[in-house]
Amino acid sequence: MNSSPLRSAASNCAQVLPLERLPASAYLQAFRGILYRELLRFVHQRSRFFSSLIRPLVWLAVFAAGFRAALGISIIEPYQTYITYEVYIAPGLVAMVLLFNAMQSSLSMVYDREMGGMRVLLMSPLPRSYLLLCKLLASALVSVPQVYAFLAVAWWFGVEPPPMGYLWLLPAILSSALLLGALGLFISTFIKQLENFAGVMNFVIFPMFFISSALYPLWKMQEASELLYALCRYNPFSHCVELIRFALYERFNVDAALVVGGCLLLFVALAVIAFDPQRGLMRAKRG
Amino acid sequence: MKKITTRTLAPLLLSACLAQMGTAQASIAYVSNEKDDSLSLIDLDSLEVIETIDVGQRPRGITFSKDFSKLYICASDDDTVQIMDTTTHQIIGELPSGEDPEQFSLHPDNRRLYISNEDDALVTVVDAQDATVLAQIDVGVEPEGMAVSPRGDLAINTSETTSMLHWIDTETHELIHNTRVEQRPRHVEFNQDGSRFWASSEIGGTVAVIDVDSKEIIKTLRFEIKGVHPDKVQPVGVKLTDDGKYAFVALGPANHVAVVDAQSFEVLDYLLVGRRVWHMEFDSKQQLLLTTNGISGDVSVIDVDDLKVTKSIKVGRYPWGVAVKP
Repeated sequence: MNSSPLRSAASNCAQVLPLERLPASAYLQAFRGILYRELLRFVHQRSRFFSSLIRPLVWLAVFAAGFRAALGISIIEPYQTYITYEVYIAPGLVAMVLLFNAMQSSLSMVYDREMGGMRVLLMSPLPRSYLLLCKLLASALVSVPQVYAFLAVAWWFGVEPPPMGYLWLLPAILSSALLLGALGLFISTFIKQLENFAGVMNFVIFPMFFISSALYPLWKMQEASELLYALCRYNPFSHCVELIRFALYERFNVDAALVVGGCLLLFVALAVIAFDPQRGLMRAKRG
Repeated sequence: MKKITTRTLAPLLLSACLAQMGTAQASIAYVSNEKDDSLSLIDLDSLEVIETIDVGQRPRGITFSKDFSKLYICASDDDTVQIMDTTTHQIIGELPSGEDPEQFSLHPDNRRLYISNEDDALVTVVDAQDATVLAQIDVGVEPEGMAVSPRGDLAINTSETTSMLHWIDTETHELIHNTRVEQRPRHVEFNQDGSRFWASSEIGGTVAVIDVDSKEIIKTLRFEIKGVHPDKVQPVGVKLTDDGKYAFVALGPANHVAVVDAQSFEVLDYLLVGRRVWHMEFDSKQQLLLTTNGISGDVSVIDVDDLKVTKSIKVGRYPWGVAVKP
């Protein structure tokens, strides 16, 4: 059963010691349990892996083919020369993989709440904030192989970043995945039932993805509309995309890193507050 | 007298080596900016523009003397070929090029310069050392491309409107043959041993490979880039590697350079560069190929081994010709 590692981790922690004396191994065991559960969930849901791979590839193969821009896109940072649209869109699609993974993870929180899995999680004597961070990190780690699998296939579409770029990419995708995961967790506190998740697609995922630098360079957005340009600039997802784009070409985008880091702290704090039954939105909703 | 020991010599030798390294000159690419009346100089180590020099009006074709001490510049709107000293970067003289010189080619003897006069349907042969006109040869309408065989016995001129290649005997300065090619021939390039030459046809969208001995077209190359309208495929510049492996063809407003296997004539790849790519030049080791991109006002750098475009460098407005000084 999916929840068994979590259950054992939670009950072990619960049996052993009161909170102030919990050893580091209890924290590690809880993290391992949550990570194992996320991995099991990912491995068992093969369709999830394939859809996480196919979704961006469809964008790359179909959407990018339509917007091919075979005559090249004007040079923008971090690119040193003209690029095809496939090359431009690839970092945005990496961020899309992270976005869908994060939202799917938050969907699982709603599922857990409905099915009772969350009660098992919250039974643990470990701090709730720690458990949430474990959940976030586990979800972020699960997204890593999805991103690299996508980039491996994208190579055949002419997306050929320098080899070291793949290494640079790792911290960028982890921090972006954590940010999007924290956002997803925060959003999941507002969702009462699984069926309401469709709203997340319409009001969170699509706007975040489309109103960003994932599909078009910001200068192009500015040409179209100043309002769109401003929305794109202030969308944290744009900064995730740019952090990934620069990392993929062995560059560090300080501005994007600061925004991603700042938003990560903000949304983690909001998610922790929202998940605190004593004062958070969970209580408000129950009440 | 103080005894010279290894200990005293070592720092001297080290500093001498460092001084030598410091003064070592990198290869420099000279790029003519047609609309800025200037040359941009690119350091080929750092791949950055290090200097911009004002020259005559509408500079287009540029070429070095064989010893690289002089640079000849077609200043088209000044109706002259300027001579620049490559050490001081001063214009030290002018050659009587005839009207509207556009492309030219220096004979292996380092004296005779064959110049296309676009407006006069002429090829002017100038002695570059004593600045005298040796001959003027009538050719087709709007002569453009110009190349002299490495063997030195033959010069080829292209006339854009007549769509012909004119074969000029360099001894007698007479036309000895004409070859009809597809519309608007723009550029001619001989291979290393002078046995063949490649001629691009801009409107025809083709490149003809011609055998010098038989005077026959042995291959006509066509280009097709996925997602690019065929009308935009307009070949202009051609460059051949000395090892006979590759030919590079600049495809104008298609913004791509075609990589062709120079033996099998198979098109191997299309490399995306800047807008309206026209002319190209290798660095001295043929590791880099530089392309002038007129509309985007930059020079793209192609790694010849990897066949990848590594960088595009902003230069002046409408870069046209490029020549590399080792």
